[in-house]
Formats: sequence, C-alpha cells, structure tokens
Amino acid sequence: MDSVTPQQSGTASSNATSKAASVPLGEIFKVFFMAGAISFGGGVVAYLREYLVRSSGWLSDEDFMSALEISETLPGLNSVNIAVITGDDLRGVPGAAAAVAGLMLPGAVFVMVLGLLWNQSRHNVTVSHFLLGIAAAAAGLLLVVSLQLGKQQISKFPDLFIVLATFLAVSVFKISLAWVLIGIGTLSIWLYRPHPARPQAPEHLPFHRGPRHNHYRR
Amino acid sequence: MNWQLIKLGLVFVMLSVLAVGGGTAVLPEMQHATVHWFNLTDKQFRDIYSIGQVAPGPNMMMVLLIGYRLAGAIGAVVVGIAFFLPDCVLTLAANRLWIRFAGSPWRQSVQQGLAPVAIGLMFAGTYAIAKLSLVHVSDQTPDFAAIAIAAVVTATLLWRHVNPGILVLVGGSAYVLLTR
Repeated sequence: MDSVTPQQSGTASSNATSKAASVPLGEIFKVFFMAGAISFGGGVVAYLREYLVRSSGWLSDEDFMSALEISETLPGLNSVNIAVITGDDLRGVPGAAAAVAGLMLPGAVFVMVLGLLWNQSRHNVTVSHFLLGIAAAAAGLLLVVSLQLGKQQISKFPDLFIVLATFLAVSVFKISLAWVLIGIGTLSIWLYRPHPARPQAPEHLPFHRGPRHNHYRR
Repeated sequence: MNWQLIKLGLVFVMLSVLAVGGGTAVLPEMQHATVHWFNLTDKQFRDIYSIGQVAPGPNMMMVLLIGYRLAGAIGAVVVGIAFFLPDCVLTLAANRLWIRFAGSPWRQSVQQGLAPVAIGLMFAGTYAIAKLSLVHVSDQTPDFAAIAIAAVVTATLLWRHVNPGILVLVGGSAYVLLTR
C-alpha cells in the first residue's frame, strides 16, 4: 500500500498502512457487526465512518469518502457497498464477505424476531396502529432526508427538472423503474457529458463532502 | 424449489440491480411487484416496512420479512440472497475496476447525471410510504392522526437533529394514543 494523502495526520496513515496488512477476518466481522448492531434509527454510514476511520484507523477520511462515492454511484445500499469495498481492500473477497455478514447479521436477526412476533399478533389493533404510526413518522423522516440529500439538486436547473421528471414518472405515471433509469438516467448523464469548454464542478454532488481525489488507493 | 420461489428470487434480483440511489429509491417498484405479482397486501407491505424501520443496520432488512411472509423461512433466505448478493458482486467488481476509470471524464458524468435521478427516486419512495400511511388504505380518505404525526416529525427534523429511531417509536405510540 502506498502512502496516504498529505493532509492525513502521520499517526493515522501509519496506522492504516500497518494494520491493514494483517487485519484478521474476525476483527473485520466484529467491527461491522458493531456498526450493524448499534445503528438504531438508520445512519449506518455515519457509524461506519466512526468505526472505520476513527476507532480502527483502517481507512483514512479520503479512503472513506472514495468508498462512499463508489457506493453511491452503484446500485444497492450505501452501507452494504461500503462494507464490500472496505472488506475487499483489507482482505479481498473473504474480507468483503466477513464485512457484509457482520453488518447485516444484527439487523437480520432483529427483523426476523420482530417479524415472527408480528405474524402472531398482526390482527391485534394496537400492534396494527403502532406500526401505522411508525410508517407515518417514517414518511416525515424520508421527506426530510430526501430534502437534505437533494438540497443542491432541487435548487438548480437542470437538476430540478430531472428530479421532478423522475418523481412524476414513478409516482404519477407509474412507469417501471427500469425504463425510468434507461430513459431519464441516460438523458441526465448525457446532459452532464464531458465537455472540454465547460470544466466540471463536482461541488454539488449530493453526498460528497470531502476534497476531490482522482486516484483510489488500493 | 418451486416456481413461485424462483419468481420471487428473480424479482428481487431485478430490484437489487435497479436500486440506484439505495433502498428508498426502489420502494415503489418493490411495493408494486410484491402486491401485484404476489399475494402481499398494501397493509402487509406497510407493516413490514414499519418493522424494518425499528431495526438497526442497513435499512432494507425488511425484504427478509417479505420473503418470509410469501414463502416461509426458505423465502426469507432466497429474497435476502437475491436482493443483496448481486449488488455486492457488482460493487466488488467495480471496486477493482474503478481505478481504471479514475481519469475518465465519463465517470464524473455518470456520478453527476445519476445524482438528480437518485434524489427523484427518493422522493418517489417517500410518496409511496406517505400514500400507504397518510390516507386510509381502504377508502383513500385522509388519516388526520397520521398526517399530524408526519408533520410533527418533519418539523422536528427540520428544526434539529433527533435520532430517527426514537422519532418512529414516538410516532407509533402517538398513533395508538390518538386513535384509542
């Protein structure tokens, strides 16, 4: 592994370099298991950052942002994709498997236990009302999360137009997601096609907070 | 392995690959697929989603319960693998190839182009959950208790950060009290 970027502190970089060479699979599993078990109410990505960058020192902040950036562009959940990338970088395919298994196990067990209880009592009015209240609260939560993540997109043209077109296509016109991605996705990428006369500004990417880095450290 | 189980697996493989923008983005399609192609009801979909909201970890573990509800324990296993494995394999491949695209201006075009689509899909996911919870599923009339809960949660989160896990539990309790 080559050296980390200059703005990283010396301790963090040497930590990352020495530790990453010999991280045991059990250790990878444990760290992701912790993040997967403690993250009640979502925000798994923030917990992962805490564990991977701050406590274990396996990743520099740059590494983490780079992993997050890849995760966001690919389909799938960001937290799971980050687990795959980090596990793969630390220990290859077995590392990725250990990371994903650790991250998902607590939530899977929790959901299945609750689900079995629900299965027995789903005709109970109180249980039913409790779950409906959760869904109503989740609707408010999702609205705020969408607004916050999309702050840049909904305040600038042509992004706002693409956000609206995507929303209307799915929610009002009930167009299949595959066609929406093929149609609007392709159009949107074409709108942002490389253009020599117009330097691209990465600042408005929704989740991107770190400085721009054009190489990904393996 | 019966046909229903294979179909269930294939549907979730498709959802997995289409999940650009994460779990919320794929909710409308998941609801449509499980309600129209399988015998899940809108209310069951909503309840399973709610159970997923109180669990820790990645926010789509609810898919296991959809599989369990439709095809038992083996259904949970099939759906779990079908929904998570394809994305993991894609990410693994991309992680190893990504560096080759590092200098390509197209990589940035894809990122910038997909960002507003992903946000639009998140709003669509929000709308799907709102439609299941803020109007009565039976007759589509407004459910004012649920609307009040959603409004208070929205206002609270715009005002300050509160752990969403606490907010959803308060929301559930509030609905029980309001409709007693």
